Amino acid sequence: MKNKYKSIILFLFFIFCFVVLYKGLDNPNIYSPNIKVEKKIPLFTAKDFNSNNYINSDIIFEENKYYIVNIWASWCVPCIKEHPLLMELSTNQSIKIIGLNYRDNLNNAKKFINEFGNPYTQILIDSDGTLAVEFGAYGVPETLIIDKHKKIIKKFVGPINGEIVQEIKSIIK
Amino acid sequence: MLANQIGYYSLILGLLFSFLLCGVSIRDFNNSNKRVNQNVYTLLFLQLTFVVVSFLSLILTFVNSDFSNETVFNNSHTTKPLFYKIAGTWGNHEGSLLLWLLVLTLFIFLFLVKSREQPKKYRILTLLFQQLIIIGFFLFVLMTSNPFNYLFPTPTEGLGLNPILQDPALAIHPPLLYLGYVGSSIIFSASLAAVTQDYISKEWGQHIKKWILISWIFLTIGIMLGSIWAYYELGWGGFWFWDPVENVSLMPWLTLTALLHCILVLERRTALTSWVVILSITTFTLSMCGTFLVRSGILNSVHTFANDPARGIFILIFLFILIFLSLGIFFLFHKENKKNLNNFFWLSKESAIMVNNWFMMYFLSVVLIGTVYPIFLDVISSEKISVGPPFYHKLIVPFLVPFLLFMALGPKLQWIKSKIEKKNSLIIFFIISVVLTFFILKNITTDFLFYTILISAAFFLFFTTLNELFLKKFINVSQVIAHFGFSLFILAILFNSILSSEIITNIKVGEKYNFNKSEIFFKKIEEKEESNFNSIIGHFRITDEKGKVVELKPEIRIYNQPEIITSEADIKTTLLEDKFLVMNIVKGDEYFNIRYQIKPFMLWIWVSVLLLSLGGLISLFKKKYEK
Repeated sequence: MKNKYKSIILFLFFIFCFVVLYKGLDNPNIYSPNIKVEKKIPLFTAKDFNSNNYINSDIIFEENKYYIVNIWASWCVPCIKEHPLLMELSTNQSIKIIGLNYRDNLNNAKKFINEFGNPYTQILIDSDGTLAVEFGAYGVPETLIIDKHKKIIKKFVGPINGEIVQEIKSIIK
Repeated sequence: MLANQIGYYSLILGLLFSFLLCGVSIRDFNNSNKRVNQNVYTLLFLQLTFVVVSFLSLILTFVNSDFSNETVFNNSHTTKPLFYKIAGTWGNHEGSLLLWLLVLTLFIFLFLVKSREQPKKYRILTLLFQQLIIIGFFLFVLMTSNPFNYLFPTPTEGLGLNPILQDPALAIHPPLLYLGYVGSSIIFSASLAAVTQDYISKEWGQHIKKWILISWIFLTIGIMLGSIWAYYELGWGGFWFWDPVENVSLMPWLTLTALLHCILVLERRTALTSWVVILSITTFTLSMCGTFLVRSGILNSVHTFANDPARGIFILIFLFILIFLSLGIFFLFHKENKKNLNNFFWLSKESAIMVNNWFMMYFLSVVLIGTVYPIFLDVISSEKISVGPPFYHKLIVPFLVPFLLFMALGPKLQWIKSKIEKKNSLIIFFIISVVLTFFILKNITTDFLFYTILISAAFFLFFTTLNELFLKKFINVSQVIAHFGFSLFILAILFNSILSSEIITNIKVGEKYNFNKSEIFFKKIEEKEESNFNSIIGHFRITDEKGKVVELKPEIRIYNQPEIITSEADIKTTLLEDKFLVMNIVKGDEYFNIRYQIKPFMLWIWVSVLLLSLGGLISLFKKKYEK
């Protein structure tokens, strides 16, 4: 009799474990950062994609304007997926999109832009990936929103989707 | 191409043989014949052969860099050295599962061949339970992780193996760990078979002990190799990080160690039967659970090769089928011993072993909770936490004190009933340990009292086992060596953590950095090109406070496929300490970031683990059991 209760309790316990672990499988274990403190963008100089000149971050980001920084690379498959959405965003006059070309071959990157279009007002070259680190990036692609006070107020890890585009638009309004 | 096809079809044939084997052995089970039918051996041998062929063909596709195979394409590259092409076979999800299958089939074959003097029905049942596991894994491989997926058009180049896995220790770590993990499957099947046949007895204990020892030895060495790899490859200078992946290999080790001690009782008289059965079941379940946790992507780590939910669900369901099956069998068939042999006299070897069991169970629960609690919390309240080393240290380290003392005293007791002999020598050892610790620690540490108690306990075990080793010579030598190894292990770890020191600084070529009368001189950098990576080697000259000079050459490797930068530490190992130097690139600068560590007694951590395994090895080859 005692054994029966024991086995029923054990059975229920393991069923519970099963359910929890099963649910755990659905949970994305990609860590999405929660920005609590708004961080100012780093000061840096970077090579410009088209002119090959070095530009200072103070010149790129002006006060009282919203910017979107998009980290991308031609070898990054999800970047191709999000590209049409960036193109759509670029039609919006009040948004300036700065591209950060992450650890890429310049020729491949140029081909990429020629093929899929250029949504960026300016593209910076980050050939060794350190600039992305300065921005606190987790990987490619990643999209950051920078507000009028040059602060990173929002960060999207991974490719953007329609929902995120709406969110960006609503923030920038 | 051809090898690919052969591998795939051998795998399917292997699965078919599993079903055939089940049929034939069920028929043989009801047969009154006293011997196992010859057909069973033949079928089992054929199954093993096909899995071996399948495994060899995968190796061949890797060696030939046949990128029409998806696994090869994802994990190999033409520029990789031959050694890593071969090791790459099991350095990925699909290949490593094929290795699981190989070990599973190999072990059951050896088991059947080596157990001729055991009762026939028990052997056949073990075979059936094992085939159940094997079928599960065959289906898992074929349905969710086929290593022979065909790619068309054939890519010209592969994606390459993760550079941090391109390391000799990592090439042999998985096979050894698997021998330990999968070895526990035999213990699992055999104990279930023995329960159904009501055969949990002295004879069974003596027979299964070998298998327990084999898994235990492989598991111990497998864990150690993983740890050595983490020490010099991850570049943080630590050897155990309480990472979930490490924990899941430690958990079966804890239950297996408890089981090993229980079997010492069982091989003399029929006692502790429930412990033995439950521990056998738990060990294998924990091994499976570990596979689930790291392969399903529910935890993130180097071992998470791909996040495919289908795989996770498959292992999860399979795992719980095995759990419910074994629990069902346990409750239905297991009869608690009527004679109540589990009531031991309080001062006897048996009770000491029970104490050991409870300690092991405590350590297991700490590790288990630390590992799975974050998952449970995330699901139930979607709160994310991570459990780090402080949790484990706080909960485990204080309990090491009584544990070490028991480890010193327990083996001195007699079976059944005893009194403590040679009290005087024990007291003397105890006093020596405390005094010695006091003098060693006097000038060093901050947390004086705590470390004095802990290290005294470790020294106490150290001296008693050392004494045993020299006085009694070859009685109980396996136990003495293993326990001695453990005391050395704890001492090495403690002194290592107390005495380690670290310097982190930025330095450029030609510069000198001075600290505590020591000096680091960055002489030059050298650049080298290998087939699969370019490397920057820093030449450093380090003069320590005694004026001793060492040259260290840490390396930064820039792998081409996939493009990853790794830091290779340079380590000078001596008997007393390791000098560990690793460097990193600082962006856009001529400066390099270096981390220099002095880690005392590192060598002894590895040596002590080897001693521990040596104890197991001696026990395995000894004809008669210990007194």
